[in-house]
Amino acid sequence: MNTVGLCTRAAFDQTQGACTLAATELMTLDELYEEFDFLPDWEDRCDFLIDLGMELPKLSSDEKIEPNRVHGCQSMVWLVTELDDSGDEPVLRVRANSDAMIVNGLIAVLLAIYDGKTPREVLDADAAEIFKRLELDRHLSSQRKNGLSGMVTRLRQLAAAAIVDLDQQAN
Amino acid sequence: MKHLSETVLDVRNQFPIFDHPLPKGQPVTFLDTAASAQKPQTVIDREREVCERYYANAYRGVYRFGAMVDEELEASREAVRKLLGAESRDELAFTAGATMSLNVIANGWGRRHLQPGDEILLSVLEHHANFVPWQQVVAATGAKLRFIPLTPAGELDLSDPELFNNRTRIVAVTGMSNVLGTLPPLAELSQRAHAVGAILVVDAAQSLPHGPIDVVATGIDFLACSGHKLYGPTGVGILYGRKELLAETDPLIFGGHMIDQVHQDHSTWADPPARFEAGTLPIVQAIALRPALEFMESVGYEAMHAHELELTQAAHAQLAEIPGIQIYGPPPERKGSIVSFTMEGAAAEDIAHLLDRKGVFVRHGHHCTMPLHTWLGVPATVRASFGVYNNLDDVQRLADALRYVRQRLKLDT
Repeated sequence: MNTVGLCTRAAFDQTQGACTLAATELMTLDELYEEFDFLPDWEDRCDFLIDLGMELPKLSSDEKIEPNRVHGCQSMVWLVTELDDSGDEPVLRVRANSDAMIVNGLIAVLLAIYDGKTPREVLDADAAEIFKRLELDRHLSSQRKNGLSGMVTRLRQLAAAAIVDLDQQAN
Repeated sequence: MKHLSETVLDVRNQFPIFDHPLPKGQPVTFLDTAASAQKPQTVIDREREVCERYYANAYRGVYRFGAMVDEELEASREAVRKLLGAESRDELAFTAGATMSLNVIANGWGRRHLQPGDEILLSVLEHHANFVPWQQVVAATGAKLRFIPLTPAGELDLSDPELFNNRTRIVAVTGMSNVLGTLPPLAELSQRAHAVGAILVVDAAQSLPHGPIDVVATGIDFLACSGHKLYGPTGVGILYGRKELLAETDPLIFGGHMIDQVHQDHSTWADPPARFEAGTLPIVQAIALRPALEFMESVGYEAMHAHELELTQAAHAQLAEIPGIQIYGPPPERKGSIVSFTMEGAAAEDIAHLLDRKGVFVRHGHHCTMPLHTWLGVPATVRASFGVYNNLDDVQRLADALRYVRQRLKLDT
């Protein structure tokens, strides 16, 4: 399987440029940091985001409905969340899609921050700081930033509501 | 007449923005003139000259700089008068742009004259600037909006006899769609509006950069346009109103210069156009509007039209060769130099982003026409728009870059 552009630095080094890493798993934040540090300029990073976006797991067509729409984005974005309490601690599962691949790449970054995290971890995460670390803050248009912050706000609201619910159940 | 293609290089050379290639020597392929046009050297020079040589506030000082500014402003107003064929300079006010002009018309004339049940006739093509102000006026007055439907090609369908009726007070349409390039039949609209006692308001922001409009011959009652789309400066626009109509239009912005008498308990207004020019004008920009109009005149409107039509036709032909592309609106011969399209499987945002990498600058999104995009049934389009400085190489680079988009997004595999 050849997924050039999605290879991590380690895989790239191993194969001398012919990346063979399958990108079926979502990237972790650390892997994203590593990848961004490895890529020299913004255009390469954008390319990487587009590849990441093209590999993002798809939502089904019945999930791409108006109630799941995130407004404020230039492109169409749908966001689906659920609280997964099958494990030791309930965690927020986040899935999202856009029709734009560059936006899907940014969604992959959001998923690395928020997916599979407990509501408390979601509230503690500093998305602005992470976007700064990735230098995305400098390169995104104000409209893209609005769209992203719309998604972040929605996730934080869900996490806050989940904490209230969980507290009530505990009492 | 010499075809503009022969002299297009001369025209392009008057725009210093094209002297500076992008990093890696990439040429600038600027295809967003419908959003805002680049400026010729004469406009840039005039702005600088005003600031360096004789800048002062307008209509206030008797000293020499003030007098020079006043004289230049009036010369600029006269140049606009000639372009529009208006009867008097007093029918033309400098505003911040077409948006401000339309807001003055909607609020200043509309609110004063509309009664509950009256109708404002708009087209589905309208830019939000010729749409939202009327929505607000309707909410305030109890009047109603009625819409001229579109044919499948995106032209006005005037066949419904109910469109113009005895409740119609205002017909407000664009001179040229900023998305489809559609050119509504203004003279016919004027006749039909006047036949039922309504006035015709034209948003000429898009159309005026492609040819003069004679407001008298066409029968236009109010008109709005923006300097920055006319190869001129930003921050300045024009409000045209027929003399009798401006006289019965309330000001929207209050302050200095627009008053006649100010008492502690009330004020009276200056006559038009001063009534609509409260505060300090965009002096430098309004003065530098004149060299912009002179530039267009020097190119010649017929030559400009022939050149832009050639580019639009070439773009249609080239884009037709690329799989998945759908172009919206009328054929090139029946529209202005705007080509809006979608590519199956590619979001407009990705297309615009990837074109930028190739130095091809286009606009994407709903272009401030959400109702039109609802009608088109797509959330967003990509728009390539041509100005007088574009050439066939630009069209070729657009087509090449679109092929790159397909490749990059793996649409052909």
